[in-house]
Amino acid sequence: MNILVCVKQVPDTTEIKIDPVKNTLIREGVPSIVNPFDGYALEAAARIKDKNPDTKIVVVSMGPPQATAALKECLSIAADKAYLVSGRTFGGSDTLATSYILYNAVKKIEELEGKFDAIFCGKQAIDGDTAQVGPEIAEHLGYPQVTYGLEAELDGDMLKVKKEVEEGVEIIGVKFPCLVTFTKPAWDPRYPTVKRKLAANRAEIPVLGDDAFPDIDTSRIGLKGSPTNVKKTFVPQRKTGGVKIQESDGRASAQKLFELLSGASII
Amino acid sequence: MNFHFNEEEQEILDMLHDFCLKEVAPKAAEVDEQERFPEETWHKLADMGMMGVPFAEEYGGAGLTYLNYIGICEELAKHCATTSVMVSAHTSLCCWPISQYGTEEQKQKYLSKLCTGEWLGAFGLTEPGAGTDAAMQKTIAEDKGDHWLLNGSKIFITNAGYANVFVVFAMTDKSLGTKGISAFIVEKDFPGFKVGSHEKKMGIRGSSTCELVFEDCVVPKENLLGELNKGFKVAMTTLDGGRIGIAAQALGIAQASIDECVKYTKERIQFGRRISQFQNTQFQLADMQAKVDAARLLVYRAAQAKQDHEPHSHLAAMAKLVASETASDVTRRTLQLTGGYGYTREYPFERMMRDAKITEIYEGTSEVQRMVISGWMGVK
Repeated sequence: MNILVCVKQVPDTTEIKIDPVKNTLIREGVPSIVNPFDGYALEAAARIKDKNPDTKIVVVSMGPPQATAALKECLSIAADKAYLVSGRTFGGSDTLATSYILYNAVKKIEELEGKFDAIFCGKQAIDGDTAQVGPEIAEHLGYPQVTYGLEAELDGDMLKVKKEVEEGVEIIGVKFPCLVTFTKPAWDPRYPTVKRKLAANRAEIPVLGDDAFPDIDTSRIGLKGSPTNVKKTFVPQRKTGGVKIQESDGRASAQKLFELLSGASII
Repeated sequence: MNFHFNEEEQEILDMLHDFCLKEVAPKAAEVDEQERFPEETWHKLADMGMMGVPFAEEYGGAGLTYLNYIGICEELAKHCATTSVMVSAHTSLCCWPISQYGTEEQKQKYLSKLCTGEWLGAFGLTEPGAGTDAAMQKTIAEDKGDHWLLNGSKIFITNAGYANVFVVFAMTDKSLGTKGISAFIVEKDFPGFKVGSHEKKMGIRGSSTCELVFEDCVVPKENLLGELNKGFKVAMTTLDGGRIGIAAQALGIAQASIDECVKYTKERIQFGRRISQFQNTQFQLADMQAKVDAARLLVYRAAQAKQDHEPHSHLAAMAKLVASETASDVTRRTLQLTGGYGYTREYPFERMMRDAKITEIYEGTSEVQRMVISGWMGVK
């Protein structure tokens, strides 16, 4: 098995504060982390490798040179190899342009690492929250895709993916090569190990720069290749939380609902 | 002189810090309250490669510096003193003597499983009648030709209830006093060995502190650790290293207590002001931080000396003496600053004060440290 995991370095939003005047994120002094959903994608790949030790896990990130830190973090957890896609002409790319560049990166990395059976992504990044890049890479490649994955395992010549849906889970079999995006599963991802951390520190991370893709359509990348325009950002009004009633059985739930409604003088 | 961890050492400590915030700190109060050994944390630390930090990679260790290991003991103690001593008793008192005095076969068999954290280690020296006077060993090992036969008991043994391997001391020649003590490697399943009653303690309450009982315990010939009748040296040199780990534990407890106290004093309002605005609070905390930093330099100096294979017995003694007494003093003073709230179990101050006390007692009391230091000074 050859798995590519796409990761993004994002600001740790649990530490983010909003500028009360400008209504924008204050990014200064906020630590950068691996996008948590990408961490779940890496863990899903690592779990496949636990059962199939000959699996190779490659990670790729598009971003500024500092994103190397996120890739090293992945190496210290489970990845075998890492690539950074970083170039001046890539700056300002929206999701469509980003997915087009990453599609080109997949093709380029496959020349070096062999063909990928599966590409794993986080369902979305916690800074942009678009959930578009993963599915768009699949479209560029023409691969079948499964979104909102929780777990994945090999099942003969297919990948069996447990996927989150509104009211429970679906199990989907998907043929290789495929792309899966992952959401938060029931378990926590593993921690880095001392040995991997030391190896990650010494690892050389190849950079695929502006000149790495001679055949890329330059009108489709960067700011000018991005059809998305951000007109305005604002802080949405906070909705007050609802009440969840989940008692031991239907009778108890009904009783609880009755008490709440009558307590609030609604009935 | 260099007063910083190098980049690699710091990254390992940062990695452990993240782990502690998620896995160690949230359990510290519960581990104390329930007197529960944090077994799951042992396994998670093992997965991360934190159970054999300063030992060679060929035996499953991480091959990191001794200073890095000491930083790890300190970081763990900032979040949970019980977890810190679990790692340091295992690493300093069981892995180290085997790595230092063990045969190649002993290292292959025991050290490799201990360093990966698959097995947990412990150390048995103290007896009911042999505490500070460790030479008064009553446990006896008889040479039965093809095996050793151990009889006696040990008390206050850290990690005992969960350890797979014990480094144990016993008299092999009673007529020779300290020159008749030998060290042995005992597995928990050896016939005639059992772990006795569990001690209920004032602090580090999650730590598994038990009695060891040897009743015609059969120990294979090849499990003699080091040379025959040279066990006292094994014990003393092991404790020289162990003390640095305990000193680091004291540092961690003291620093965490200060950090929590600073937070508290910036929130607590009395007389219309945050109590951090009162000069008494400011000066008290400044004194405490200066004392902890002074102790920290002693601890890191001792660790560096050990790393560099320099004489460090007196350095370790000074580090432990100062760090442990500082921890007791600081935790008492932070509790005073936090008053009634600090006295309740809603806050960690009372736990830290209880945890700090043991660092003045185990792996050599403060009085033993003074004996070591004055002995080194030639004051007779």
